Amino acid sequence: MIEALSLHPLPAEADALRGEVRAFLDGALAGMPPDLRARSWLGFDAGFSRALGARGWIGLQLPQAYGGGGRDAYARFVLVEELLNRGAPVSAHWIAERQSAPMIVRYGTEAQKRFYVPGVCRGELYFCIGMSEPQSGSDLASIRTRATPTPGGWRLKGQKIWTTNAQHSQYMIALVRTSGSTEDRQRGLSQLIIDMKLPGITVRPIEDLTGDRHFSEVFFDDVELPHDALVGEEGSGWAQVTAELAYERSGPERLYSSIVLFDAWLTHLRTTGADDDTTLALAGRIVGHTATLRSMSLAVTAQVNAGASPVVEACLVKDLGTELEQFMPLAIADAIAGATQRDAPAELLRTLAYVTQFAPTFSLRGGTREVLRGIIARGLGLR
Amino acid sequence: MSELFTAPFERLLADHCPPAVVRQIEGGGTPAALWCTVTESGFLDALVPEAQGGAGLALAEAFPLFVAEGRHALPLPLAHTMLVRAVLAHGGHTPPAGIIAIAAQARLRADGGISCPGTPGGLVADWVAVDRPGGGWWLLPAAQARREGSGIHGSLRADLHWPALPASAVASAAHSAWRDAGAALTAAQLAGALERVLTMTVDFANQREQFGRSIGKFQAIQHQLALLAEHVAASRIAAEIGCSGAGPWPVPLRAALAKARTSEAAALAAATAHAVHGAIGVTAEFDLQLYTRRLHEWRADFGAETHWNRVLGRALLADTGPTLDFMRHALIPPNQDLFR
Repeated sequence: MIEALSLHPLPAEADALRGEVRAFLDGALAGMPPDLRARSWLGFDAGFSRALGARGWIGLQLPQAYGGGGRDAYARFVLVEELLNRGAPVSAHWIAERQSAPMIVRYGTEAQKRFYVPGVCRGELYFCIGMSEPQSGSDLASIRTRATPTPGGWRLKGQKIWTTNAQHSQYMIALVRTSGSTEDRQRGLSQLIIDMKLPGITVRPIEDLTGDRHFSEVFFDDVELPHDALVGEEGSGWAQVTAELAYERSGPERLYSSIVLFDAWLTHLRTTGADDDTTLALAGRIVGHTATLRSMSLAVTAQVNAGASPVVEACLVKDLGTELEQFMPLAIADAIAGATQRDAPAELLRTLAYVTQFAPTFSLRGGTREVLRGIIARGLGLR
Repeated sequence: MSELFTAPFERLLADHCPPAVVRQIEGGGTPAALWCTVTESGFLDALVPEAQGGAGLALAEAFPLFVAEGRHALPLPLAHTMLVRAVLAHGGHTPPAGIIAIAAQARLRADGGISCPGTPGGLVADWVAVDRPGGGWWLLPAAQARREGSGIHGSLRADLHWPALPASAVASAAHSAWRDAGAALTAAQLAGALERVLTMTVDFANQREQFGRSIGKFQAIQHQLALLAEHVAASRIAAEIGCSGAGPWPVPLRAALAKARTSEAAALAAATAHAVHGAIGVTAEFDLQLYTRRLHEWRADFGAETHWNRVLGRALLADTGPTLDFMRHALIPPNQDLFR
């Protein structure tokens, strides 16, 4: 069975960071409309990332020896919570800070740590993650991109797709096959760091339904990689990636994807003096669920901070969190379109449309709803 | 601290409140023996200040006890009695002996009488605590009331009517929030009942075989149970928010969150549990019904999710800052309100 999550204090030292972050964001985000802020972890702004890095707020939890802040998981929780609630454009450094740099710190060589991590923490080095392929989505172990050993390192051939920020990133960490065949599944997979400037790499951005171009397809046509492209152990790629997904599924980023929209709607309701029962109940339900999930997320953070790996608990929070994130635009759309006496401002409608159109991805990124429920079922002792 | 109390309390309930006793009291049997055991255990005054002979627990510390009541389907308003005794003691009153229920509201009738409609535990209570219309509270002697059972099978809910304010009633002009308190306690009981329903349903899915394997091996069942587990986990922490606080009274908006979240989960959990159990789940003989009947009754007691969501929504709209600040200031308990 699954251990119950219970309320956990947020240490005062971590909470103290909130004021400084807010003061910075007040200036950095001044005049930015909600429909742009709603993009948040898909809003790419290298200038913003460098400014954040200059304040020491990228890699807050990474070791100081590599340019990180050496703080605990709580400090990062507060920072991320503030960035996401304001809709800061964190996309440029987001993946590098959240997944790639922790991965390199955990599995990389000393030289790799010194080469990559300080640049990530300065907000200058950006990473993308090469996992999905045209024929490999949820069934990630079926990937076909292959790196063949050569005297100088590796020769890479294959294709990745749905790679967020591939067109903006200097590096990719890719999961590829280094031995065996597709039938070997999880065995024989490794993670390689790929310099995106190398010859033989073609990146083609894919336009999404909102008109944005945040993800790409990436082609590797006999790309020559050095020996030290390998991160971690050869053949241990699956275990490393699984650990990475545990990072990705925990934390406050799984409940705030629609919060900019919610706040924009509340502003509209306050301006127009809305107080009908349906509106009150909807606003109350959303804030009650969000506060509950925030407490669950903090409980998971406490477990991570204590050195545990709460894989199942993180799945509980992510599945419930994305369900709420996806409920919000649908319910708010109904409330706005149902209130004939209150004309919604164009800015709110643009924010609503963006979140509505993009919301289906909330329960895809980091593991689909079905994959998460399978993991929870195993935690319950059903599998 | 609270674990010192929780383990013996769990043992007490396991020993003295098995399903047979629950059925017997629900069927109209006397709760005297079970109440006597509970009284002798000393848990009744867990929240009463130490200076007045109690254990001096904060509401947050007693929370696991309330959850345990729900897990064992205790057919007595024990949590309610504990809280009323604490409020009485804090206010300088000597708590009376007997079972104390909390009513969601008192109505003044045109003939000068008083009614407490739909009072949870009203059939077995000796006293009823309720907000007095216009402010303050009453402690009303249930023994002197005309009791009208709800007519719902197995329910201990009752309408209580007094022809006039009884002489033995205790009246106070002090702060009163019995409806909020009842909501917070019921949310904690719901959290316990939800945990038990999840355990029972997972066990059943692992034991019941169809098509040559246990039904828990089917993905359709696994995903329903995963979703149930998510709502049970959310309910537990929401209920904990409802019972956080240093004094005996819950914080009203936190109680609202707790009752709204657990009530919503109760409806989903009852449906899922019965869907997985098949026909056996709706038989009187099988214990599931002791819990799912409670899930529905407790969902309604003191107000269901829409009522409390409106309370939350009204407070949120009256606020002016971002949602995050409202949550941090009004809903999520500060560190000093947590006891670990």
